[in-house]
Amino acid sequence: MAEQIALEVTRFSPERDKVPSIQAFDVPLRKEWVVLDALNYVKDRIDGSLSFRWSCRMGVCGSCGMMVNGEPKLTCATFLTDYAPGPVRVEPLKNFPVMRDLIVEITDFLEKLSKVKPWIIRAKEKPLSEGEYLQTPDELDTYRQFSMCINCLLCYAACPVYGLDPLFAGPAALALAQRYNMDSRDEGKSERLDILSQHDGIWGCTFVGECTEVCPKHVDPAGAIQQYKLTATQEWIRSLLMPWGGKR
Amino acid sequence: MTTYTEYPPKGYRVRISTYWWLGRWAYLKFILRELSSVLVAWFVIETLLQVNALIGGPGAYQDFQGFLRNPVVIALNIISFFFILFHAITWFNLAPKAMAIRLGGKRVPAILIALPNYAAWLVASVIVAWLVLRG
Amino acid sequence: MTKRSNEPLLWLLFSVGGVVAALLIPVHLFLFGLAFPLGWLNAPSYDALLALARGPAGRVYLLVFCILPLFHWAHRFRYTLYDGLQIKHLNELVNTFCYGGAIVGAIVATYLVVHIP
Repeated sequence: MAEQIALEVTRFSPERDKVPSIQAFDVPLRKEWVVLDALNYVKDRIDGSLSFRWSCRMGVCGSCGMMVNGEPKLTCATFLTDYAPGPVRVEPLKNFPVMRDLIVEITDFLEKLSKVKPWIIRAKEKPLSEGEYLQTPDELDTYRQFSMCINCLLCYAACPVYGLDPLFAGPAALALAQRYNMDSRDEGKSERLDILSQHDGIWGCTFVGECTEVCPKHVDPAGAIQQYKLTATQEWIRSLLMPWGGKR
Repeated sequence: MTTYTEYPPKGYRVRISTYWWLGRWAYLKFILRELSSVLVAWFVIETLLQVNALIGGPGAYQDFQGFLRNPVVIALNIISFFFILFHAITWFNLAPKAMAIRLGGKRVPAILIALPNYAAWLVASVIVAWLVLRG
Repeated sequence: MTKRSNEPLLWLLFSVGGVVAALLIPVHLFLFGLAFPLGWLNAPSYDALLALARGPAGRVYLLVFCILPLFHWAHRFRYTLYDGLQIKHLNELVNTFCYGGAIVGAIVATYLVVHIP
């Protein structure tokens, strides 16, 4: 008889249930299986109604973020054997409304992300005939770490401020804003500053640092936010001392 | 029989407990770090009381020394001392995160920014101690 | 251009106050709060301490030492109240208590330092 492990999964059908509940399943404990494999085993063989998001199953798409034993994890990158003898508790990502079972509503993040304008902003676009924008490896290095974000939202699950303050922009959105601010091709620093320096953009962050701890891509959003606080403060001092300086 | 809704439901929100900060060791460490600021304020008040005693003359200053020897005050100061150390160490370790200093195209490692801070701490402490202790 | 908030000023005060607190409070607390009352080291005489405090450098030092860490406390405690007790909706009360308290402390500190004989 192959070894088994108990999987305790949150179930919630908004048509039927008022509150989420836990349902336990026994799944094989295979040494190469990740939590996502266990969830798919349940969906394929035991209960086809179990709902969860996943896609690439290799840690690059950011779809499969869930709470595993209270920690925000990518279920495709979390091995079952690490939790033996179990049980393994799989819950939807913290700090987001639960839509069904393990699926959360991420519209809030998507709105906040588009608000920070995560694209190259230029005063005047260079026409194609003039060739490409040139960037040295060192220039790339200044923002490369922040560009690794896969929008998995584990950092939002770890951030207590995001859970408590619905207006806080959150780690990933701010790290991505910084990714574009530091890009040598970008000219939108000032535009983003106007949006982010609203009270709840970045200033809600109290540098708990958990976002950086749980990030599977080592983006270090906490570092991005602290750097941005410094930049925003320097800009504020500059605008105070030289109000005629104009937008930079 | 389930009813079909035209718009998806808004979702089930879990209310954050008042004791969320007890849920993880990292959150508890964070709250303790933030509460160290209260003991910072307490020591500033103690210093203001000390200045007030200085203004009051040698007699008032003697009384203040007595106040500082009160066991409750000593206990509070011992606790404050650990919290202030906690503040200083976490502060110097975290400060490099806000400064992405690049030299020759590569990011300066955090420890090279933290070490000068610790050195400054040592130098400042030695200077203050020397000024106060030489009598 | 939307009005930019003045949070940067408060954050700057918090940061500078934090540096002052981290660099200077440990040695002060150790000497005046523990070593002298517990007799580990000989406390300076009243005259010696007064001499240190009454010079212009001493007065400026005391002002910096007392005022900046108070603003550090104000900012940090404000957010601790917001997040810890979840009373962000009472933000006007919290802000008045925190920054108002720091301002009161600053006024008291200035008054005292000016009146050092």
